[in-house]
Amino acid sequence: MNVGVAELKIAENSSILASFGLGSCVAVAMFDPLKKIGGLAHVMLPESRGKDLGAEAAGKFADTAVPHLVDELVKKGARKNALKCKIVGGAQMFEIPGAQRKESALACGPPAHIGARNIEAVKRQLEELRVPLIGEDTGGNYGRTVKFNSSNGEVEVSSIYHGRTLI
Amino acid sequence: MTPEESNRSLSAIQIDALREVGNIGAGNAAIALSQMVDKKVDLSVPKAILLPLVGVPDLVGGPETTVAGVYLNIAGDCSGSILLLLEKESATLLAGLMVPGELDKSGEIGVVKRSALQETGGILSGAYLSALGQLTGLFFKPSVPGFAMDMAGAIIDYVLVDLGATEDQVLVVETDFMVSGIKILGHLILFPDLGTLATILERLGVPFE
Repeated sequence: MNVGVAELKIAENSSILASFGLGSCVAVAMFDPLKKIGGLAHVMLPESRGKDLGAEAAGKFADTAVPHLVDELVKKGARKNALKCKIVGGAQMFEIPGAQRKESALACGPPAHIGARNIEAVKRQLEELRVPLIGEDTGGNYGRTVKFNSSNGEVEVSSIYHGRTLI
Repeated sequence: MTPEESNRSLSAIQIDALREVGNIGAGNAAIALSQMVDKKVDLSVPKAILLPLVGVPDLVGGPETTVAGVYLNIAGDCSGSILLLLEKESATLLAGLMVPGELDKSGEIGVVKRSALQETGGILSGAYLSALGQLTGLFFKPSVPGFAMDMAGAIIDYVLVDLGATEDQVLVVETDFMVSGIKILGHLILFPDLGTLATILERLGVPFE
């Protein structure tokens, strides 16, 4: 199943969830290893800034996607305290001097690039919800494709310049 | 774009006007390119299409296809961004024209050629912007271009995040350049900010009703 930008999907029949060509977006793969249920969110931005966009757009923001993933997985029978998570993506594709104008204008604190802020926001949510982060392949300046096997939690990351890795 | 604006589709006459801008812009770009490579450059009449941003990777063969992207922000009277996408083959050909010589061992495009592509992308985008400026009487100031050669999906994803929107429609101008019999296909994509498209169309004499 393909999980597009800002989408969030749950796989029940040990199917593969995939996101193709992640740039600064972050793929959040969460699963219960014993129940063999997993979900993938394709996070685009760190914060929803209080906008309630409903379940449809929950995958778009780190602060809505992570809690929503937990809820959906628990609804499908996963045990909340057994959930584990892996994250991939958050690259910075372009270096443009003076760019990211909108982001830096709105950001609090030192202006970090959006990929890094997505990673940070996801990690903060995971900590708050006490879901252990057991693997990551993040940062850098290159795109990645993610294939997540919801039955065993295996995440295959492939990229043009860095080949294929399993996390 | 406001929600109403992004839902609004362009009329045939508006598309025609934008295509004409693309035509003149491509003409400027061809002259610039011809001077850079010191060869005759012909070009096709550009196609102008309006499509949702998330659909852009499919134009170049899907999200995992390797493409070269040159991205720059526009400031001035109107704001927005421009992305020039070249399929890998076209990028390699263009880089070869700019900087003659073999590819490096991996078959990848090396640092000097990347830098040449970045520069070319900046010049081609600038040519389009200056046509848009001449026809609308607006002043556009392009930023220094950024360059990436990677998966199309990852490049579009960066732009999506930079613009903070998934549902917006974007204007794509596709142009074929023929340099000494070699065909180079470029996709120039214009992302107008809030109200920018409306302003441009108004200045072109084909406003939204």
